[in-house]
Amino acid sequence: MATLTVTTARKAGSGALTWSGRATPYLFMAPYLVLFGVFVLAPAVFGIWVSLHDWDYMLEGKPFVGLENYSALFDPASAVYDDFWMSMRATGIFTLFSVPFLVVLPLGVALLLNRRFRGRTFFRGLFFAPYVLGVAVVCLMWRLLLDPNLGLVDWLLGTDIAWTTSLPWAWVALVGVTVWWTLGFNGVIYLAGMQDIPRELYDAAKVDGAGRWAEFRHVTLPGLRPVALFVVTTTILASANMFGQSYLLTKGAPGGETRTAIVYMLDMGLNQYKMGSASAMSYVLTLALIVISLLNFRLFRGRS
Amino acid sequence: MSLDGLTRRRALGLGLGALVLTGCGGGGGPRQAAQQQTGAQATAAPTSYTGPAVSLAFWNGFTGGDGPFMKRLVEQFNGEHPNIKVAMNVYQWSDYYTKVPAAVTAGQGPDIGIMHVDSVATNAARQVVLPLDDVAKALSLTEADFSPPVWQAGVYKGARYSIPLDVHPLGMFYNKTVMEKAGLDPDNPPKNGEEYLAALEKLKKAGIQGHWATPFPFTGSMQFGTLLHQNGGRLFADDASVSRFAEEPGVQALTWLVDLINKGYSPKNVGQDADFIALQNGKAAFNWNGIWSINTLREVKGLEWGVAPLPQIGTQPSAWAGSHQFVVFRQRKPDQNKLAAAKVFINWISGHSIEWAKAGQVPARRAIRESAEFKALKEQAAIGSQIDYLYFLPSVAGIGDASAVVDQAVNAAVLLKKSPKDALTEAAAKADKILEQNRKKYGA
Repeated sequence: MATLTVTTARKAGSGALTWSGRATPYLFMAPYLVLFGVFVLAPAVFGIWVSLHDWDYMLEGKPFVGLENYSALFDPASAVYDDFWMSMRATGIFTLFSVPFLVVLPLGVALLLNRRFRGRTFFRGLFFAPYVLGVAVVCLMWRLLLDPNLGLVDWLLGTDIAWTTSLPWAWVALVGVTVWWTLGFNGVIYLAGMQDIPRELYDAAKVDGAGRWAEFRHVTLPGLRPVALFVVTTTILASANMFGQSYLLTKGAPGGETRTAIVYMLDMGLNQYKMGSASAMSYVLTLALIVISLLNFRLFRGRS
Repeated sequence: MSLDGLTRRRALGLGLGALVLTGCGGGGGPRQAAQQQTGAQATAAPTSYTGPAVSLAFWNGFTGGDGPFMKRLVEQFNGEHPNIKVAMNVYQWSDYYTKVPAAVTAGQGPDIGIMHVDSVATNAARQVVLPLDDVAKALSLTEADFSPPVWQAGVYKGARYSIPLDVHPLGMFYNKTVMEKAGLDPDNPPKNGEEYLAALEKLKKAGIQGHWATPFPFTGSMQFGTLLHQNGGRLFADDASVSRFAEEPGVQALTWLVDLINKGYSPKNVGQDADFIALQNGKAAFNWNGIWSINTLREVKGLEWGVAPLPQIGTQPSAWAGSHQFVVFRQRKPDQNKLAAAKVFINWISGHSIEWAKAGQVPARRAIRESAEFKALKEQAAIGSQIDYLYFLPSVAGIGDASAVVDQAVNAAVLLKKSPKDALTEAAAKADKILEQNRKKYGA
């Protein structure tokens, strides 16, 4: 009898707890969900609507054009075709070349900075330092340093390379500057990930007679998998959204070859007020990125 | 953002951004004199405001060294007009052009503002700004008070939407020390194509690349446009039905620019602003640049420089110019008192634009431009002498979208990626499509 009461009481109590327990996470999430809904989800859905119109928010008529904005992107005779695909190609090239560096180099840096040596904190700060600079500062500085005729870089190297106005050098400059600038961020993420790997695994590996390389391959790398997934995904997305460097460092030179998709969309939407067309472009880019992200997730999952 | 043309032109509107100047002409003495003199000249259309006290929000993009000049003018105006309070807000031009239409839509727009002349038609079509024919009439301003191209530039579909404040043309800046080094007369810069090329040849012999041909809109595209007009061409048909820059005069113009490189008068692959830096460093002798460069160059220690009208390379004189113009924004509830006060303000600033000239501008108002005081501003006056043959883009909505395509063509050609003819022909095809789209969007 006594036990029965206790159980009931516990049941009742846990029932009450369950209700508030269920609500708690949602309450915690509510502020975020509201912001996400208002500033991300709603505009994203609204954007689809916009992309089906010839949209200028100031003009009375926003004629419905159906899929015209999309079909123009795939019609070589349209005004946007050449520029859009050139900008998509620019985005692709930049992503393709910047991501490997931004994934691998910070890992190396993090490995080094994870070891104990004098001045470790100083070096950690040193690698992270450029990241705190604004894109405008970074690009203005490098634009002057890399100037083809007056810049310090050519002078130091004794070369005559047009770093910001010719291909493929403009890509080297864009990727190089971006790696220099953002390497620290990924480095810090890796570093945090490494410090989460249990010491015992290393000790066990040592007992098994693992060398440094085996340790790295069998302990560090598997331990970093979730971190690496995060790094790869965010880096791809960040590279695909590259804007400032192309806008400020090369200004799209030569002839628009280094103008990224985002720069072109901004121009279409906010300068030329062709918001319908710009929205359509952004959905095409989004779709491409979703596909890449899915492949990426699958790749990482497949291996584990 | 129209990647090249617009933003940079806007962003740099007049000062090479933040790098520029502040001072010059801060003294109180000459200013007082200026006021009396111009006051007498420019009050041909006196208007005064006697209604209840109003406050006017005045937005513009004068973030460079010109900002303080405008601020001082506004303060002086407020001091002299107790029943009008003008509050000035300054944004980066690029922000300004996105912010203003949004604010107007939301019913939170400012009352008056400044716009570059090539944005007026677009904003008129998008109903951001109000027609101002009545303002011009109330102030009895006519073409004769300005100059035909400047005055006409603010007309869209037969209605006036803006009142000119200033023009800012290109001029030819030259480094006297460099010229002397090559045996050129620094007091007598070249005036035509022959003299210009002869000077460049002499400079080349002295091991100096005299004119750095820049592929960027600042000011490569402006130089291209200038040469095109000098050759008798046009960027677009007057009604902007088609582009015309790929015709013979355009090809000649761009070829001339590219030849500077091929003949060794200019280095290849000139970076952004490097042409202007080269002038200051004594690596180049000439730089065709905007009047806004005056105060920048003044601040360079030890630089011996001068400025002259652009040489006439083609068959007729011409020069690129921008123009700041006053506009009045659409409101949800029009307020006649504010409108009346705005007229007084526009007229007053225009009448006092000699102060504005010191910020590195040519006043649009003829009476002021022809005053002894403006002529005393030697550099401004030299560039200002081109006033009657300046060119502006046609006053057509969305014209900036099409002219951005020209920037790309100039870029590719000057970087030797495409032949001038190919670059222009490809761009023209694209520009024509954009013009057609815009006609559909804004109505022909």
